[in-house]
Amino acid sequence: MALVLDGVRVRQRGETWLHDIHLELSSGMTTLVGPMAAGKTTLMRVVGGLLPPDAGRVVVNGKDVTAISVRKRSVAFVYQQFINYPSLSVYENIASPLRMARFPKKDMDRRVHEVAEIMGIGDLLDRRPAELSGGQQQRTAIARALARPVDVLLLDEPLANLDFKLREQLRGDLKDMFRDSPSVVLYSTADPAEALTFASPTVVLGEGRVLDVGEVADMYAQPPTLAVAATLSDPPLNLLPGVVREGRIECLGSSFPSPGAHASGRNVVLAVRPHQVTIERSGSDVLEFPAEIRLAEVTGSETFLHLMLADGRHLVAQLAGTQLFTPGERTVAYVDPAHIFVFDDAGGRLLATSAAEVDLHG
Amino acid sequence: MTEQSVTVAGSPVGGEIVTAAAPQDGTPDTRASVKPKNNRAWFLVLPVVVSVAFTAVIPLMTVVNFSVQDIFSPDDRIFVGLEWFRSVSRDPEIRAAFVRTLLFSAQVLLLEIPLGVALAVAMPRRGIWVSAALVIVALPLLIPWNVVGTIWQIFARADIGLGGWTINNVLGIDFNYTLDSTDAWITVLIMDVWHWTPLVALLAYAGLRSIPDPYFQAAQIDGASAWATFRHIQLPRLRGVLTIAILLRFMDSFMIYTEPFVVTGGGPGNATSFLSILLSKIAVGQFDLGPAGAFSLLYFLVVQIVSYVFFTVLTRAGR
Amino acid sequence: MADIRLEGVGHSYDGGRTWALQPMTWTWRSSRAYALLGPSGCGKTTLLNIISGLLSPTVGRIWFDDREVTAVPTAGRNIAQVFQFPVLYEEMSVYDNLAFPLRNRKYPKAEIDQRVRRVSQLLGLDDHLRRRSRRLDPGRQQIVSLGRGLVRSEVAAVLLDEPLTVVDPALKWTLRSKLKEIHRDTGHTLIYVTHDQTEALTFADEVVVLNEGAIVQAGEPAELFLSPAHEFVGHFIGSPGMNVVPAEIADGVVRVAETDVGRAVGELEPGPVHIGVRPEFARLGGEGTSPGLPVRVTSVDRMGAYNLVHVQAGDHPMIAKTEAEARFAPDTVEFLHLAPDRTFLFRDSVRCGSIAPLDGKGAP
Repeated sequence: MALVLDGVRVRQRGETWLHDIHLELSSGMTTLVGPMAAGKTTLMRVVGGLLPPDAGRVVVNGKDVTAISVRKRSVAFVYQQFINYPSLSVYENIASPLRMARFPKKDMDRRVHEVAEIMGIGDLLDRRPAELSGGQQQRTAIARALARPVDVLLLDEPLANLDFKLREQLRGDLKDMFRDSPSVVLYSTADPAEALTFASPTVVLGEGRVLDVGEVADMYAQPPTLAVAATLSDPPLNLLPGVVREGRIECLGSSFPSPGAHASGRNVVLAVRPHQVTIERSGSDVLEFPAEIRLAEVTGSETFLHLMLADGRHLVAQLAGTQLFTPGERTVAYVDPAHIFVFDDAGGRLLATSAAEVDLHG
Repeated sequence: MTEQSVTVAGSPVGGEIVTAAAPQDGTPDTRASVKPKNNRAWFLVLPVVVSVAFTAVIPLMTVVNFSVQDIFSPDDRIFVGLEWFRSVSRDPEIRAAFVRTLLFSAQVLLLEIPLGVALAVAMPRRGIWVSAALVIVALPLLIPWNVVGTIWQIFARADIGLGGWTINNVLGIDFNYTLDSTDAWITVLIMDVWHWTPLVALLAYAGLRSIPDPYFQAAQIDGASAWATFRHIQLPRLRGVLTIAILLRFMDSFMIYTEPFVVTGGGPGNATSFLSILLSKIAVGQFDLGPAGAFSLLYFLVVQIVSYVFFTVLTRAGR
Repeated sequence: MADIRLEGVGHSYDGGRTWALQPMTWTWRSSRAYALLGPSGCGKTTLLNIISGLLSPTVGRIWFDDREVTAVPTAGRNIAQVFQFPVLYEEMSVYDNLAFPLRNRKYPKAEIDQRVRRVSQLLGLDDHLRRRSRRLDPGRQQIVSLGRGLVRSEVAAVLLDEPLTVVDPALKWTLRSKLKEIHRDTGHTLIYVTHDQTEALTFADEVVVLNEGAIVQAGEPAELFLSPAHEFVGHFIGSPGMNVVPAEIADGVVRVAETDVGRAVGELEPGPVHIGVRPEFARLGGEGTSPGLPVRVTSVDRMGAYNLVHVQAGDHPMIAKTEAEARFAPDTVEFLHLAPDRTFLFRDSVRCGSIAPLDGKGAP
């Protein structure tokens, strides 16, 4: 199974929603990750045949399906909202695509029970959707999408409307289910934790463009652009301004050796993840930022320390365990240059990182 | 927290591209637009085109044909150009009827829209009384138009009608719609209000029901009065349905025929002879097809223009 | 500002057959930031609507300090509420939206202006004050809704019903800490309803965990995380939640999957129990000084900042949280060391004891 998007462009109301998307996806799961309004849903609608692109082709298994209507395509769609037929039982909901495809009755019965078991709703087959919890409703919707074997299965933020805990649990279930799927499974999400958990081939989308394609762990460790780094960081990245001066990068009165050769006077953006900021000096070559404590959020497993730097900029440190601080007091935040990403000031492209080479596949 | 204004130019290069096709950087976009066109769609539209042609376009063309000829008999006709349009638009009787009809429509809108909205706001939002209220309100809409006329013709009669008799003998007001032109006008107006306010009410009710509960809860919490709740939550959300209601009620009242024809026949004198009544008199009564054709087209044009103006103003106001 | 006291307050939607909210007595203390945490359908929103007066409780009485408000309608209670989705007066400007609750209460014009400007500055709305509220994106619309809740100073409490649902993940963090700073500056009593444990823990001075219409445990975030009194709290707080596996007490020793893991502490009858330990306090490594539970590694989730190692202890799946640099290969056997002071015993889902080291027994 293979899905190719060749130069897909979508314009709506005078705005370009997708800019010439080129992608090749093979069977199994692909994660599509991006913030709100990145174009994830638009892309899914194009692949599903619900939205004809203004340019470009959608090719499934070597066949151009761009002009084929959604009814004739072999696709299934799961939406963020739990969409089921309210008047039908769970069994009938799951069976509906099979009935439409005129499956023999015996095969249909077996198939419905099979996917219901996979989704863990085998004992709810007689219920109506209104009698189910949100999680069970979404499981029913996913089971319906799974019932009929399709070339392309599209899941558009299927867990976004669920409780945090249900999301956590279903995330694991879905990962096991789709990893070796014979269909092309495209799963979109705005939540980096989901993308990281799935650890499947990942496409980062931003402002209607493909920002990066690859293994999500690699992207997390070496984000090619600031936008990719921001998309994959939760809690959000700390950003600091920097200037290159004679082989060193200066930042708010501190400096460190520039990891690459760059022209003096060049402005750069430094990005560091909150868990890499400490308040204990970890070595001699670390950056120091005197700061005022604004807020400490203690969750038990960690403490989020919100700091205000000399120039009024905010810096968040994510510290392990429970640590107590008094707002208004002064402290010093330390950042090891090895954990700093240096981005181009203008385009947001990664210029260099001195981050220790992490063994990503060990 | 730091500001995050992120702009990313171009498609990614380098990195470990695992499954991406090479982006075609640098090649000018020579591909023609390949927006898929499904030609079969035209076949689906064809039945509509044909039926509209037979039911609307061809009859209209016949009317256009009439309007530029003087027809003495089916075999004896001469082309007169725009002569009929000139004479119709200068005819004092038609002009008077035009002003009368416009006035009637204006009064209908001024009465029915606020009344309908008030009725909708007063109807229960949920509970066992919802269906009862809906049925009672919808009742006048279920009665055929000529029957509505007959009902009111009898109801308003000064001698045997319950309404007319009550006004004369209980309230002591001299009321007789067959003799007094003001009374006739009022009778026709009230009849229309009685008949059609429910439509406005039902449309508005449907609009009100679509407002989620939190809006009303927020208004309570913000200490908004009932008027402020109506003004700032309900009214803005009714804009869409009220646009439809105003258009429907304008077009319908501007073309009103059956009810006044049954009740007053256009009288007394010309007091309730609206454009449509006059038109049918010219076309069917006097069989003046030429002037009637020109009249119809101008009538049609006025309805179109006023509706368009209403629609544009109302939708603009919403933005 | 006032203490909000619920006295035997409960609610049933079906005339008392089932309780959406079981009768409870509870006091929300003035000027504190509370999080009301629980899964959907646990009664969170019902409880919130009872406090704001949008819903009348089936039983019980509500007091704001010494004033009983059970029968007082919403407008008379001086409560502000922010809903899950933006609720705006759409045709008004942002400024008028913020001013609306004040104008309805006939505040003097100068004070209205001053309060609106202060809130707009706190929430970063200064550049949008003149815009029509419905032209804003949903995230910013929700910030305006939030602002309407914060604009009155004398409110008894500000109730927030999952207010950050429609907001972009990155903006969520900013807004939450902003809300907390505003709380510190203004001293409003805040009750923040959420199903998201991260939100609850980072936001609140005190987290109230609600399940099936009853309060299961309430306390400071760290307390709930470090010492859950109920299996549900262990599961619902923390991501991933606490590992809960069946165990057996015999001769005062706790056994899991045929391995002794520690001495039982507490007045405990022998027999089956559940043992609960958070992934953060389950250390994976070779057989060390403390006796380890032999487990088989099944998979590893690399979460960027840390790894989650899924293991199997006998038939029971467990998770250990490790450093991002730690390496464990699937299908190898490792030993899971349970931190004694952070490992608890549960019976009927309620905490009944903890474990202590085995007095060197089993240690090499």
